[in-house]
This record gives sequence, C-alpha cells and structure tokens, in this order.
Amino acid sequence: MLKQIEGSHAMAEAIAMCRPEVICAYPITPQTHIVEGLGELVKGGSLVNCEYINVESEFAALSVAIGASAAGARAYTATASQGLLFMAEAVYNASGLGLPIVMTLGNRAIGAPINIWNDHSDAMSMRDAGWLQLSAETNQEAVDLHIQAFKLAEELSMPVMVCVDGFILTHAMERIDIPGQEQVDAYLPPYDPVQVLDPSEPASIGAMVGPEAFTEVRFLAHYKQTLALKLIPEFSDEFRKTFGRESGGLLRTYRAEDADMVVVAMGSVCGTIKDTIDEMREDGIRIGLVIIVSFRPFPVDALRNALAGANDVVVVEKSIAVGMGGQLANNVDVALRNLPRPPRLHSSVAGLGGRAITRVSLHHLFRQASVQPWEGTNFLDLNERVVGREIHRTRKTRRSGPTAENILRQMAESGRPAAE
Amino acid sequence: MFQVRIHGRGGQGVVTGAEMLSVAAFFEGRHAQAFPSFGSERTGAPVVAFCRIADKEIRLREPILEPDCLIVQDPTLFKVIDVFGGLRGDGYLLINTNKTFSELHIREIAERLPKGHAVIVPATEFALKHIGRPVPNAALLGAFAALTQFVRLDSVERAIEEAFPGKIGAANIAAAREAREFVLMQQHAESAA
Repeated sequence: MLKQIEGSHAMAEAIAMCRPEVICAYPITPQTHIVEGLGELVKGGSLVNCEYINVESEFAALSVAIGASAAGARAYTATASQGLLFMAEAVYNASGLGLPIVMTLGNRAIGAPINIWNDHSDAMSMRDAGWLQLSAETNQEAVDLHIQAFKLAEELSMPVMVCVDGFILTHAMERIDIPGQEQVDAYLPPYDPVQVLDPSEPASIGAMVGPEAFTEVRFLAHYKQTLALKLIPEFSDEFRKTFGRESGGLLRTYRAEDADMVVVAMGSVCGTIKDTIDEMREDGIRIGLVIIVSFRPFPVDALRNALAGANDVVVVEKSIAVGMGGQLANNVDVALRNLPRPPRLHSSVAGLGGRAITRVSLHHLFRQASVQPWEGTNFLDLNERVVGREIHRTRKTRRSGPTAENILRQMAESGRPAAE
Repeated sequence: MFQVRIHGRGGQGVVTGAEMLSVAAFFEGRHAQAFPSFGSERTGAPVVAFCRIADKEIRLREPILEPDCLIVQDPTLFKVIDVFGGLRGDGYLLINTNKTFSELHIREIAERLPKGHAVIVPATEFALKHIGRPVPNAALLGAFAALTQFVRLDSVERAIEEAFPGKIGAANIAAAREAREFVLMQQHAESAA
C-alpha cells in the first residue's frame, strides 16, 4: 500500500511485519524514530508476541539481543555512530557466535569533533566485524532490505546490518510502498534457529577456543559470507517475485553498459548521482553508475564484471580511513587489480559529517576525473583556503590550539558558513 | 519538479509544514519528498525544511538550492541568514507578517518576481485566532495553495487532518482557509489596480 511516510516510520512498520520477538531499544540520533515507531506499534497492540526492552546503553542493547537470539527469539536493534562504537565488543560477539540478529544503522559521522550528521564512518568502523552489511539507496529499499535481512540472517545464522543514511533517508517523508503482512509472511518463514539454548536439550554457546581451532571457526565465518554472495541475489529475486519490485542484490548498475566512465557509490547519494549522469549523458558523455548494495560480503566478481569495460572508475564515498584513503575505493581496487586492462581508479571522499553532495560538485568531479585526474584521494568541495591557512598557522605556532575550534573561528571571521 | 523551501524557527512547525505539503501532493497522485535541514532543532533556532514535488520518482538528495517557492515563517530571519539565496527569477515568495514589503526592507526582492508572485499573509494572527497558538504552518499552506495553485486547498486540508486529527486539525484548517481567502483578496485587489 502506497503511503506518504517518514523513512523511519516506514522501516518500523516493515520491521514489525517481520514479527520480531525481542526489540532492544536505546535512543541515538538519527535512528531514534525507528525504535520509537516500533515502541508505538508494540504498545498499541499491533505488534504482538514481542518484548520491547528499553535498555541502559548500546552495549546492553546488543548484548540483550545476543541473549534473546541465543534463546531462540527473532531479535532486532538499531543504533548509529558512537552508539555502534559503544557496542563494538558485542558486535563482534554477535557474528562470532553466529547469531542472526538484524540491526539498523542510521549512518552518522563519528566524533571527535562531535557531529550528528550523515556519513558512513560508523558502518566502516565495523566493516570487518563479520556482519553482513547491506546499504539502502532509497527509503523503499530500506523497507525492503529489512525484510530480506531477516531471511538472510536466519538462513546463514549470521547477523545483518542494514545501513540507512541518517537524516537524508531516516527523516525524509516520501512515497513508500508498504507491503502487506501476508506478503511478508509468505516471504519470511518463522525463525528456525540452527543453535538454541534450550533447557530440555542443554548446550552451551560461547566456548573458549584456542589456537587448535580458532582459524577453523574464522574460516567458516568467511565461508558463510561467500555463501551469502549467492544467497543475496537469490533472495532478491525471490523478493521481486513476491513483492513485484527490484530491491537488494549484491549491486545494481545504471546506464553502465556502454560507459567509458563508471561511478561506484553506496547509499542515498546514488540518487543524486543518477540525476547527474542523466544530465551528462545529454551532453554525450558516456557515464554510468554501479550501486553497491552488499558491502559485506564484498561482491568482487560481480563488480569486476560490471567495471571491466570502463576506462575510468570514480569511487564516491562518505568515509575516509585517515592515513590510507577511502575504504570503498580500496575495496574496489581489489576487484580491478586482476583485470588484463584495468581502468584508472579515481577516489573521492564526499559528504563527510553531513556536507551536502550536490549535482554541481559531482559534475565538476566527474569531468575532472576524465580530463585532469588527481593523485591519491580527492576531498570533494574541500575549502582549500581554510586548510591552507590552518596548516600555515600550526607551522608558525607551537601552541596552535585545537583544530576544530580554530577552523570554526577562521570561518566565522571570514563570514563563511561553517556547514554546507 | 517544483521545489519549496520553508524558513522558520524551531517550534513554528517548519518541518511539519513541509511534510503536510508533501502529503497534500501525494493525495493528488504526485511524488513528493519532504525533509528537514538536519540541524539541532531547538526552540527559536533557525530551521529550514524542504519539499520537492514532481510527476515522477524524485531521486535527488541535495538540499533545495534554487527554490521555486520560498515560505518564510519568521521575517526576523532576514538579518540572520540568507533566506532568499537561489530563489528563481520566476519563483514565488510567501511571507508570514503583518507588515508590508517596504517595512521589511525587501520591496526590491519582491518586485523582482513576476506580478502576483510575492505575497504577505499574517499567518501567525490567523493561527492565534483559530488555534490559540502561534503556529503559522497550516495557514501558510492554505496561502501557498492560493498563491501557486500548485496543490488544491482540499488536498491541503486532508493533509492537515491526517497530521492533526480532531479539533486541532479543524482549527488549523480554519486558519488555512482564512489565509487562502486573504491571498485571493490580495491578488484580486492587485489585478483590479
């Protein structure tokens, strides 16, 4: 049923239709509206057989979800940014124990400096924690990916993180097709755990494992993610058959078939990139897009096939591994490396801490990549004057003070806005 | 695509106004996308919200840089931020005030727009009269419907009802109707002059 609805509330409705039995909630911007929405559905009586637990921290949120999942319940939680960091130990435990928890990540920057706005630093901080990580391009896909996530998690007995751009998607109100309960029930069978704490059949979960078996346990976790490379497209196909629309999969392409230049990106920025590509196509520039849906497992083979014909690949990502460059670009590089004639790879970091990524800037970036490519990592819309002055100042003064405050002061003095 | 940017202050229902406008467009079978400026929303702080309306799927996720219509819920913002930035030459301007463009020192800006595209509405007065609280968002949507003819008043009324069922909704609808009449009368007077 079509609704004009806030992304967070649409996700809450979809998650409720997945019939979670335990929801662990702790508020953090920008995911709060999702667990609030679920709280209303539980209290209002439309989500039954579900225990909604207000916990005291993010660490508790995921720890309670781990306990609930081990006891055989379908468990869900959500977090963002610093909240994900605070639950970091439990994030590794959930995947290490192989518990099929689904967690929404309302993507947000990580401090310091404190920043509540959107980027992908939080997702990237846990990219190697053993979870599947799926990224939503639209709110429709955010709804759909949650339904697929429970099915994937439970089939593999592995946790799945659904990454949704904070504010840009979570707080946007738009037209979303909310599925019917009978459709969701037809797609997602009741949870049938592969391991469960059951007093009638006593077992333990969480053994200490020494050097004799640790590698084998890790190998099997990696093996499960390679199985996910097949399951994700299968479940996406099945989703299309049940719900009548494309959502999920490992990756999607947009006007990439004949493209000389292919952009690679994740999440909501792909919409703005598509509009930019349409405009550039009108000018006769052969440019396309690959949208990464599954970041973990990373679809190396599918991506290699999608990029094999391109001369230039431009990775636009909302995160930076300081001292190394963009994480997505580094992963894309792995896919390109063994091609006989690999395209040139251009890496751009954009939209950090909520900086708007505009069509104007993207036009400029893509043209620059083709005519005047840069070395290393490009920072889209970097205010070079401000960083130049700050570098100069810190060289002259030993006690130069805190960077963030210095930059803000400099911008206030020059009358430029600090954001956007 | 028609793009609306709403400026106001925390507590004035700026975000809700953009959302109700998107719902009104949805009722007319259009695609619409409403989103806030993602700031720390404190009472009294400047707040911006956006609404895009189109006949096909809206993919764009950048803020609205070149609005077709500006709705200003609080004219004291003119001194604080660049409210008019990017307003299209053929755009619309709707200001909540009981002053004139000259008194607000923005007559030049209003006169740059096509005739009849810039109007003032005492929406806070209408809100106080009908709702009893200084929340001008619904009244301004009624004025928007009259000014741009881009959505129908009955769609706006349905959207208000959905956001605020019952008495509060009815009071907001009354404010929206009065604001609409106010704009229509202004336009009538202008075309007669």
